[in-house]
Amino acid sequence: MGEEPGHRNTRGSGIASLRRIGPYLRPGRTKIIWSGVTAMLAMVCGLTIPLVMQRILDGPVAHHDTGALPWLVLLVAVLGAAEAGLFYVRRKLIAAPSTSAEAELRADLYHHLQRLPIAFHDRWSSGQLLSRAVSDVSALRRFIAFVGIFFVVNTITLVLGLGVLFVLSPVLGLIALCGALPLIGLSTIYESRYSVLSRRAQDQQGDLATTVEESVLGIRVLKAFGRGPALGKRFLQQARELRGTELAKNKVFAALWAVIIVLPETAIALMLLAGMLSIVHESMTVGTLVAAITVATYLRWPTDSIGWLLAETNQAATACERYWEVRDEPITITDPDEPQPMPSTVTGRVRFEGVRFAFTGDDGDRTEVLRGIDLDLRPGETVALVGATGSGKTTLTALVPRLADVTGGRVSIDGVDVRSVRLADLRAVVATAFEEPVLFSASVRENVALGGEDVTDEQVVEALRVAKAMEFVEKLPWGLDTRIGEQGLSLSGGQRQRLALARAVVGKPAVLVLDDPLSALDVHTEAEVERALRSVLHGVTALVVAHRPSTVQLADRVAMLAEGRIVATGTHSELLAENEDYRHLLSTMDTELAGEVA
Amino acid sequence: MTTTEQAVEEESWRGVAAEDNEELTNAVGLRLQARSRALLRSLLRPRLGMCLLAFALVVAENIVTLSGPLLVAEAIDVGIPAAIDGRTTVLTWCVAGYLATAIGSGLLRYLFVRVVATVGQDLLLDLRGRVFRHAQGLSLSFHEKYTSGKVISRLTSDLESIEDLLDIGLDGLLTAALSVVGIAILMLTLDLPLALFVLAGFVPLLLVTRWFYRTSNRAYRDTRGGIAKIIVQFVESMNGMRAVQAFRRQERNETIMSGLNGRFRDANQRALVVLAKYTMIVRLVGNLSLAAVLAIGAVRVVNGGLELGVLTAFLLYLRRFYDPLDEVAMFANAYSAANAALEKISGLLEERPDVAEPAEPKPLPAAADGREVRFERVEFRYSADGPVVLPEFDLTIPAGQTVALVGETGAGKSTIAKLVARFYDPTKGDVLLSGVPLRSVADEDLRRSVVMVTQENFLFSGSVADNIGLGRLGASRAEIEAAAEAVGAAEFVEKLPEGYDTDVRKRGGRLSAGQRQLVAFARAFLADPSVLVLDEATASLDVPSERAVQRALETVLADRTALIIAHRLSTVLIADRVLVVDGGRIVEDGSPQSLVDQGSGQFADLHNAWLASLA
Repeated sequence: MGEEPGHRNTRGSGIASLRRIGPYLRPGRTKIIWSGVTAMLAMVCGLTIPLVMQRILDGPVAHHDTGALPWLVLLVAVLGAAEAGLFYVRRKLIAAPSTSAEAELRADLYHHLQRLPIAFHDRWSSGQLLSRAVSDVSALRRFIAFVGIFFVVNTITLVLGLGVLFVLSPVLGLIALCGALPLIGLSTIYESRYSVLSRRAQDQQGDLATTVEESVLGIRVLKAFGRGPALGKRFLQQARELRGTELAKNKVFAALWAVIIVLPETAIALMLLAGMLSIVHESMTVGTLVAAITVATYLRWPTDSIGWLLAETNQAATACERYWEVRDEPITITDPDEPQPMPSTVTGRVRFEGVRFAFTGDDGDRTEVLRGIDLDLRPGETVALVGATGSGKTTLTALVPRLADVTGGRVSIDGVDVRSVRLADLRAVVATAFEEPVLFSASVRENVALGGEDVTDEQVVEALRVAKAMEFVEKLPWGLDTRIGEQGLSLSGGQRQRLALARAVVGKPAVLVLDDPLSALDVHTEAEVERALRSVLHGVTALVVAHRPSTVQLADRVAMLAEGRIVATGTHSELLAENEDYRHLLSTMDTELAGEVA
Repeated sequence: MTTTEQAVEEESWRGVAAEDNEELTNAVGLRLQARSRALLRSLLRPRLGMCLLAFALVVAENIVTLSGPLLVAEAIDVGIPAAIDGRTTVLTWCVAGYLATAIGSGLLRYLFVRVVATVGQDLLLDLRGRVFRHAQGLSLSFHEKYTSGKVISRLTSDLESIEDLLDIGLDGLLTAALSVVGIAILMLTLDLPLALFVLAGFVPLLLVTRWFYRTSNRAYRDTRGGIAKIIVQFVESMNGMRAVQAFRRQERNETIMSGLNGRFRDANQRALVVLAKYTMIVRLVGNLSLAAVLAIGAVRVVNGGLELGVLTAFLLYLRRFYDPLDEVAMFANAYSAANAALEKISGLLEERPDVAEPAEPKPLPAAADGREVRFERVEFRYSADGPVVLPEFDLTIPAGQTVALVGETGAGKSTIAKLVARFYDPTKGDVLLSGVPLRSVADEDLRRSVVMVTQENFLFSGSVADNIGLGRLGASRAEIEAAAEAVGAAEFVEKLPEGYDTDVRKRGGRLSAGQRQLVAFARAFLADPSVLVLDEATASLDVPSERAVQRALETVLADRTALIIAHRLSTVLIADRVLVVDGGRIVEDGSPQSLVDQGSGQFADLHNAWLASLA
């Protein structure tokens, strides 16, 4: 099925890319081939029926001799039943391979995406990826189930049917051919015009969806400033543009439809004229004419579907390209070829040695954010990382669990380079909490345990206690089983962050990396979480990004990041006393005002 | 076995949620249908003329189209014998007539499709505008309980299902129904016995169609539900990719996805097989009727009871009689999806805003230095039967005063702030602005006078300047830059690649939380309201930014009324007056210094604890 004649006829940059879905068709290859064969056989049955009709009209009816009639009628019934049966068999055969291929394509995309580096995900919006996982993949299913097969079958039917017409009567055949050729041409032109407009409509629909999303997510801002009406105007403007495109699309569609009616019917009228005249001159029988017209009617679908099938094939090819564009992205953060084992007991000594990191921007420019970081975290020590906005603090934390890889130098845990152990082993040792806590639409238990399959309820509860989250979880209507997240109960910022902290401590990791997880908590909760963390994280090495003095005070030591290097380390009070830049960064009005009020 | 295991598995990880209102009782179902029908009527009423035109066109088209085979019959039975006799007039007219029906039906179809599309698109535009305006008009309390995702799908995917129905379903069904009826009538007039025979075959077909409609409805509902779950799982995984990778959730996710994927695949297969069965039966009945008509017709022609032309016409009609039934499949899917969508949309439209725009707004008096805010016997609860959040209280904030609200999370500080911004209305009593109850102030006046900045700092797609400019419509570039300068945002904005014209990207993704907050401040500054409400607005700023904002605040707050909620005492200390809120009640009220001087009390304790932390 890999090489279809239709493909060679089609001009489209990406038709060749359709070959890449080949492996997904292999398991269902036999069924797919048989499905094609049954489609062909059904067409043959359908085309034979008019020929038998001709025999009936010209034989028993014309000669007033009903002797052969039962057999001929039986033949029509058998052919008709066979055609119907084959229809069923074709659809039934193709159902499994096409839907399975779709599921496999989607699963493999998902698998690949979950392993692509965070840098990739920062670049691609989830919407773009979603359209590949849903609409592109189902366009491929349609192609496998329908378009591919009918491209072949309809082409053959058309040739065969015209052949039959020529055999019945060369004149009628010629007329049908003259009707079919411009129809194929015209419908192809219309389809290509239609797909241009379709794409435009899709884009406009996307813009409209963005406005809708913003109008809902930004409802507080809109209400606070009374800007709802202004956005409403923009929305209506966009909706009107979409309406315009949809109507333009419809105009092309309506014209195509009119052509699809007028051209073949004109051909039939001409066939009628030629046929009648031949009957008058007794060079043709009524049976032949009726058969010819029935065949011509039968050929209408194969004829006018060609343009549509071409458009669908192009669309499938585009979908395929878009799909592989993502699948071809290299997974740059992988398990090493020869992984070293993690020490059986990890003490949690984390060392950054001459660590460098460079981003590659949208325009391909490389910007080096980290330019030689040297930092040594002793086992059990908590180090706060401070620095101005954009100094690379978050990037530095991402290097420990290998959400990004260094571009120079190395990061090691207990002397083992993080890149030389298996990712799963590394991430079992290092746990992370992020600035913005993400919840999944799942139970509280699932949100805390996340990947861990052997995490017990006791461990989940323990972690929730540590993060001071148990008190509110207990009050939820179904406790640990309560669904939270977008599809469930919504939680406050502080509650979400406490859950994210529970998530980080559930596996009792040796190393904890916290990207300022306390910023959204209010004074009381923040203090509670801090206290809990301090007591339980005894014996855990922690790197904590901090914006505020209260967070810094959690740490044994502070490291200040500037210009891509660690420019100072020491305790909070040491640095406050010694370092002018540090004072600027961390001394709040609180300290300045303290004297005035006291 | 494995599917049940998977289902159980899925239930448990997903957790329990309150509204699984997919299962509806009959009574509720009927009410929903009545509600969506009422909506449909209100949408169609203004377009009645166009709808009638569309109907007239499709009737005309069917008449024209159906006369084709009649002309063929006439040509065979009358035209040919006459032509053999040398009179070709009838034959010529028949062929010319056939040609005319071809062109006529093409033209009528074109017009019909255009009219239907125009009606459909106008209806969609109307509905879109209505739902959008309605959603915007609903109060925040609604948006908080209805989750953003649901409102978004009402306005996107649900409207698209209705569009799909208008696109593929409706004209297909109209044409199918009309041509079936038309052909039936024609056949009956052409030859009664033969027609009755064909129609007898049609009866079981109607039963099968009903079965198919129900079964496919269920199958398609499963596919729609299946893909919706896949989308949620996919989007959440992508948006939470950091957590997914850091916590090794990939394999767990793949197990979940393969379960969802498998169920969607099975649902799709079921839908395909149902369709396969149905088309087989339709084709089978059609083909067998053809054979029967051939047999009976041939015998009757031979015996002289039937004209050959009539038999031919019958054979031609038969094909057209059964073809439209294939469209029922597409229609069934589109219809059930659109119906479900319409039910949900009508539900959203039924919601009434808790905070309604006044019918006869009262003007606010002119104000130079802020406005007085007064709470008169105000009581508040979030819902009529919910617990009292704020028990009845009175409070007057004189014009120009800066008031800080202090208290634990959940004490009711934010609720007080939201009442001032009229995000909610009090359950009892009134909040008055310059002596005018907020319920009587036009929304536009209110928003010009009162602006609230929260920790949530949503940015809209567009440039930094666009986002600041949102504060005041028609603000000049110089004013926007001055506002940014005033709150200390100018420094980072100017460092961006295109300065004020830098695109903030989706939801401000290009800026850090602190930078987004500075933009929100600049926006509020530009709005220049007489009452400013800050709800934890400095929480996500880093220290240097906070310092800048703090300095700006001192001048900004000078000539306006302000209500500040902050958990940092440094911010609280710039206030003229501190209110300590506990359990919805104001328990302490006074200047910061006087409260500290009291020596005991929550504020004094807080202050002492803070002093200790600085040491």
